Formats: sequence, C-alpha cells, structure tokens
Amino acid sequence: MTSMQAQRRPDKEKLRWMYSQMVLIRTFEERVQQDYMSGKLVGAIHVYVGEEAVAVGVCGQLRKDDYVTSTHRGHGHCIAKGLDLRRMMAELYGKVDGQCRGKGGSMHLCDLERGMLGANGIVSAGLPLACGAALSANLRHTDQVAVAFLGDGASNAGAFHESLNLAAVLKLPVVFVLENNGYADATHIRYAARVTNLADRAAGYGIPGVTVDGMDVLAVHEAAGEAVARARSMRTPTLLECKTYRYYGHYVGDAGQYRSKEEVEAYRQKDCISQLEQRLLQEGILSEGTRREYREQATEAVEDAVRFAQNSPIPGPEVGLEDVYVRY
Amino acid sequence: MANLSIRDALNQAMTEEMARDPMVFLMGEEVGAYNGAYKVSKGMLAQFGPQRVYDTPITEGGFAGLGIGAAMTGLRPIIEMMTFNFALQAIDQIVNNAAKMHLMSGGQFCIPIVFRGPNGAAHMLAAQHSQSFESFYAQVPGLKVVTYSDAKDAKGLLKTAIRDDDPVIFLESEMTYGQQGDVPDGEYTIPLGVGEVKRPGTDVTIIAWSKLVGQLALPAAEELAKMGIQAEVVDPRTIKPLDEELIFDSVRKTNRVVIVEENFKFCGVGSEISERIYNRCFDDLDAPVERVTSHDVPMPYAHSLESAVLPNVGRVIEAVKKVLYV
Repeated sequence: MTSMQAQRRPDKEKLRWMYSQMVLIRTFEERVQQDYMSGKLVGAIHVYVGEEAVAVGVCGQLRKDDYVTSTHRGHGHCIAKGLDLRRMMAELYGKVDGQCRGKGGSMHLCDLERGMLGANGIVSAGLPLACGAALSANLRHTDQVAVAFLGDGASNAGAFHESLNLAAVLKLPVVFVLENNGYADATHIRYAARVTNLADRAAGYGIPGVTVDGMDVLAVHEAAGEAVARARSMRTPTLLECKTYRYYGHYVGDAGQYRSKEEVEAYRQKDCISQLEQRLLQEGILSEGTRREYREQATEAVEDAVRFAQNSPIPGPEVGLEDVYVRY
Repeated sequence: MANLSIRDALNQAMTEEMARDPMVFLMGEEVGAYNGAYKVSKGMLAQFGPQRVYDTPITEGGFAGLGIGAAMTGLRPIIEMMTFNFALQAIDQIVNNAAKMHLMSGGQFCIPIVFRGPNGAAHMLAAQHSQSFESFYAQVPGLKVVTYSDAKDAKGLLKTAIRDDDPVIFLESEMTYGQQGDVPDGEYTIPLGVGEVKRPGTDVTIIAWSKLVGQLALPAAEELAKMGIQAEVVDPRTIKPLDEELIFDSVRKTNRVVIVEENFKFCGVGSEISERIYNRCFDDLDAPVERVTSHDVPMPYAHSLESAVLPNVGRVIEAVKKVLYV
C-alpha cells in the first residue's frame, strides 16, 4: 500500500481521534458562545460551530512541525493543531497565562512550538505568511508543508491571488484550504463571485483546484491527504475548497438575519459530527459508551480550561508595553 | 579605506551578510537576473543562486507577506522594494503583520526582516513615485526606521539591520546610489540608535538625514561659513530608535535649531524631534525651532514645480538666519 492510499483510509485510531477532536471543538465553541452571550467574555469572537470537519480533516494529515496560518475564525484550527485548551481559553479571557499573554485575543491565537503561525484579523493576510513558511521549509531543505486556511470572502482579496501565483511560481509546498461557508460577513458568495466552485480559480494559476463536501470529514481528510502529499513530495501547491456552513452568525452577537431558519436547519441536518458518529457507531468503531465518554471528556476539558482561565491573573499595565521590540 | 559608491557599499553589506548567515536571503522585483532595478544586487544571483536570491512577479503585498512568514519560521529576509512608493501595496503586511506580530503573539514570534529600497523624490517622477516615508513608518510601534547619508553608514547600518531581530525599514535614495565615499576595510557594523555629527559647529544645529545631509545641510553649512556662521550638522541616521542625546548635546551647545527633511511638514519627523527638544532643552533655546520640509502637496511633475515643493539650500539658509535673527 502506498503512503497516499494509507492516508485515504484512516485507521480506527485516526477515526476516533477525528471524532473526539470535532466534539472537542464543538464543545469549546458552544461554551465560548455561551460565555460571550452571558457577558463573561468580551471582544470580537467568531465561532467555528458547523465547520469542524474542515480543521480536523486537514490537520489530521499534518505533522506537528508543519505550519498553519488561520483566520479570524481560528479556534478550530488551533485545537486541531494541538494547542493547549487552557492557554487558548485564558487568551480569550485576556489573562496572563493566555497563549499570547493576553495581548492577542481570539483573532491572534498562535503557537510557535506547534507551527501555528496565527489566527489573523485581516481577511486574506495569512496566505502570504503561509507562502513564506513554505519557502522557509524549501530553503532549509526540510519536507515541512504549510496550510493556509481562508474563507470564501478572502478568495476575492488581492492577497489570495498574489499568494496562489507566488506559490505556483516559486514551487512552494502550500495547501490553501478554502472554507466556503457561503457568507462573507452577511454577503452571500453568489453575490460576491461568479463561479460556482471557487476552486476553479486555481486553474488561473496553473495549480490543482479541488472542491469537496466540507461537512464530510472523511472526504476532507482524503482530499487534504492528496494535497499535503503533493506539497510534501512534489512542492506543488493546491487550492482545496471545502463547502461548509457556520451555524451561528459571522461573529458572536450577529443574529444572522440575512439567512433563513430553514437554511440553517438544512445544514444542521447534515451535521459533520452526527454524520461521522452514525458511521462509526454502525461500524462498531464507537459504542454508545465510548461516544458518551468522548463527549464527557470534551466537556470536562473545556470546563477545566474555563476554570484555568478564570483563575489566571489579569495582566498588569506593564505587560502591554512589553514585546513591542525584541531589543530597542 | 576603500572608496566605494553607496550602491557598492550596500551590495557588500548584503553579500557579506549572506555569506556569513545561510538564513539570509534576498527577494524582490528584478533583484536576480536583472541584477537589481538600480543594480544594487549586481552579481548576487550568480554568487548565491536562486535559492537565496529570488526574483518575484510584481506582487509587493504577496512577497512582503511571504518575507514575514519566512522570518517567523527562522529566516532573515531582505525584501527589496523597487521604491517605497510601491510598498504602499504591501502596507497591510508591513503594518499589520510585521510590526505587530511580536506583540500579538506575546513575544513568541520575532520578525527579523529588512524592507529596503529607494525613498523620496528622484527627479520629475511625479506624485506616485516621489513620496518620503520616514514619518509614515516611524509612527508605527514595532518598526525600526533607518537612513544613511554616506557609503560608510550605508554599509555599516545595513549589516546591522540584517542582523537585527526586529523589522527594519531601510530607506535609500536612487539619487545617491552613485555617491562615492570612504568605507573602512574589513568587518564593521554601526549600531542602530546612534547618530553622528557630520560637521562640527558652534552657532546653529542643522538636523538632517538621508540624502539631504549631502545635498542641503552640508552645502548650506559651507555657504553659512562664508558669512561667518558655524553650523553643526547632526545626522541621527536612524529615525527609530532616535539618538536624542546627540541632538540635545548639540542644541545645548548652539542654542538654535533647524530641522531639514523631505517629508511633508504635517506630522513630519521634525515635529517629533522639535517636541523632544522643547521638552528637554527649553531653557537652552534662544529661538523657536525652524523646520524646512517639502510642502504639503502631492509632488507635481514639472521641474520648476518639483523644485518649488522640495526643500533646498536657500530655504535652509533662510531658516538659519531666522533662528539667528540675522
């Protein structure tokens, strides 16, 4: 069996990992949503509920030393890349034990040790960074790859087009994972673009473009495996479009009145976690008992993270003046 | 000592640093096969090969961001902007990612990157190719801003900028790439935040940097000397960090100050320097600080109009006379 075929058939352990990660992201995000609505959390927060299959399917194909750039909706990518839940939550709470000492917040979560080069508050601004990380791997003669997550809105920004072209021209091992959730803020992609599949844009740069069902973690995992393998072994970039949906508004607090309840409900019927759960139960990879166990573990991990965040000290005013320069 | 053009001094700085550190690479438009739009990178592709010297498409935002991503993952990029006017295409990456990443990440990531290229007016290039950007970048916490006025400083400061762990905006001038000057033999660097008195004097302090030291401040000082006025020309070299003690020492000696810059007057670098002088040397001043700047207009094209907008020797001499009440 070739390594590529192996990646297409996740083993039982990998399947259980995917399930547990998706449940963990969902639990984390539902708690963040709840804490924001009750006033415990403030700031600009964009939750990932509904899109879990994309982060998990893609990061399931990555190594710890591979690079990821993320978006304003980045919690799912961070969790799937292995960031510590406690330090993530403490960052959202603006505490000193946060991943960024309380100075980045939700939109700038990052972790040098895990190759997470940061969520990014500017739509499309992470793509060139991923190209740079990929060039870095090339220059240092490692076989690391870089993944740039982006939304459908970013696919209309200049940095998207510049990055795809640079990656093609400079032979950079990047996978651009386009999470097409249908809406950029409140604007539907049908209004904002004239192509049905945004992956078609890859052809304009001479690189492979692939569209998959982003609600199906196995489809995402398989396509990501091929794209990552192409990047790792052939230094060829790919644009991978995952059609997905966010169950909540653009940001926590957005009522989402630009879409119908029926539309949201239709996507919830295709929920990525339920799909995988049913399949794993049928195949005997999950039992009722282990299913409950995973969910309880996720709840406990998130509770623990919240307790840690709440007990962490708030940063003193001097902290805000540090880390402007390495040396000045 | 060797007599070198600024072009060759910059080339030596990059070449020496790339030979010294395999993590340093050069990227930009026409830097490789064409040897640089102004030939600053001449011979570097041949010496280091395409894995260290990258030609890019015309895509400033893309390759600026690419450089930042490379810097986040262990490299030391030198990103050449064909002119800093084009770096406006990359301003989101420079300001929102390069300058802020260290703080946003709580100190996890450092961005050891140099953005370098010509800044300011050349000759009749019109509004979109003639702007000076020192004050623009100096306003952004997280960036360092470096200029030079001669070949020695060009080489020593660029080497330091490449070794620096923070993002550095390194501002050059296409008008002075051919300017010759003595450069020390062998290895040397010049620290950031340390200016230099380019001409000692006792009667008035003229603060200038970049090409205006050689083009305006020193020629004006020569003219003033003929009138019996001894001007001290102070070049801070780096705008950020700023060697304010060197400036204060000179002001305490001369008690009169003229600040010369090519930036627009409104919120220019001279606004900041004069505020610091008023704050720290108020009792030493015998006259209000005078500023000579470009006028606050987009640069018009015609030679006569461009000359009228830019600062010149005559305006520097007038300002000196004003602070001396002569």
